[in-house]
Amino acid sequence: MNSRQSDFLRGLADIAPMMLAYGPISALWGTVAAGQGLSPVEALLMSAVVYSGAAQFVLMDMWAVVTPLPVLFVTVFVLSLRHVLMSASVARHISSFSKRKATVLLFWLTDEAWAIIERRALTDPITPWYFFGAAMPIWPVWFLFGGLGAWLGQSIGEPAALGLDFAFAAMFIAVVAGFWKGWRTGLVLAASAAAAIAGKLLVSGTWYILLGAAAGMLVAVLAYREEDADA
Amino acid sequence: MPEASFLLTIFVLGLATYSSRIAGYWLLRGITVRGRMKAAMDAVPPAILTAVIAPDVFLQGTAEMLAGAVTLGVALLRAPLLVVIGAGMVSVVVFRMIISA
Repeated sequence: MNSRQSDFLRGLADIAPMMLAYGPISALWGTVAAGQGLSPVEALLMSAVVYSGAAQFVLMDMWAVVTPLPVLFVTVFVLSLRHVLMSASVARHISSFSKRKATVLLFWLTDEAWAIIERRALTDPITPWYFFGAAMPIWPVWFLFGGLGAWLGQSIGEPAALGLDFAFAAMFIAVVAGFWKGWRTGLVLAASAAAAIAGKLLVSGTWYILLGAAAGMLVAVLAYREEDADA
Repeated sequence: MPEASFLLTIFVLGLATYSSRIAGYWLLRGITVRGRMKAAMDAVPPAILTAVIAPDVFLQGTAEMLAGAVTLGVALLRAPLLVVIGAGMVSVVVFRMIISA
């Protein structure tokens, strides 16, 4: 087995647990989309092209009301602002990729794929085939189950009953644990959690994610000392 | 067959999500991040991950909080990812059953 294959398979193995959680959640979205009058083909196409759970659920919320396309565009972009930070963060690990390769691969950057890639980057360099293996395979699961959900018109089981709604939180907790580097990490996490919770309670939409990120980054900057420049 | 207006809509919305995914890369590509800037960028992964899940864990209810603690405990034992996720899913289901019973 050459290194491309093994990198791809390594990425696939790392993301595989998440692929199982994606199916039912995408199918649930498909049933919501069918309720808003989308055909299975339309649901599949939207899932494949927009490819964002948060954006798609909010879009279906807005679908019944006639909303101008620029408003939809801004709404979806704001919902996706966390991806700007994620792609900035991941840029450090893929600086050896060609611009073209990186620009193509980043289409598949989701919260979950990004978390897996950042976790891998703690111990190993990221290769294009690892990125591809960790990020791309969720995509067909996402859009096929989106179409399937719309076609069936009813949910494949209730995700909450199986604990699937908690799968993402569990994976993120696991990845966060790997970032622990001492008390300063604790300060960053506490600031981020506090700001996110306050933001969730006080501000509508997904701004709480950016508030939490900003608070964590601010604390990291304040806690920074010159002597650990290379730590 | 989907109508042209629907195809245009999803194309434009796909541009919105895709541009967010490449924006950070194109902004920071080729810039060497050092010092305080590096400290800030290093904080992005744990800070975002924490921000995404904090409301899910702390604002949903007692079952989610307890399951979050169990998940963190298993994660700190350096268990494989699949085991951590499984522990989270099983514990949240169990705690929900206990609390609603």
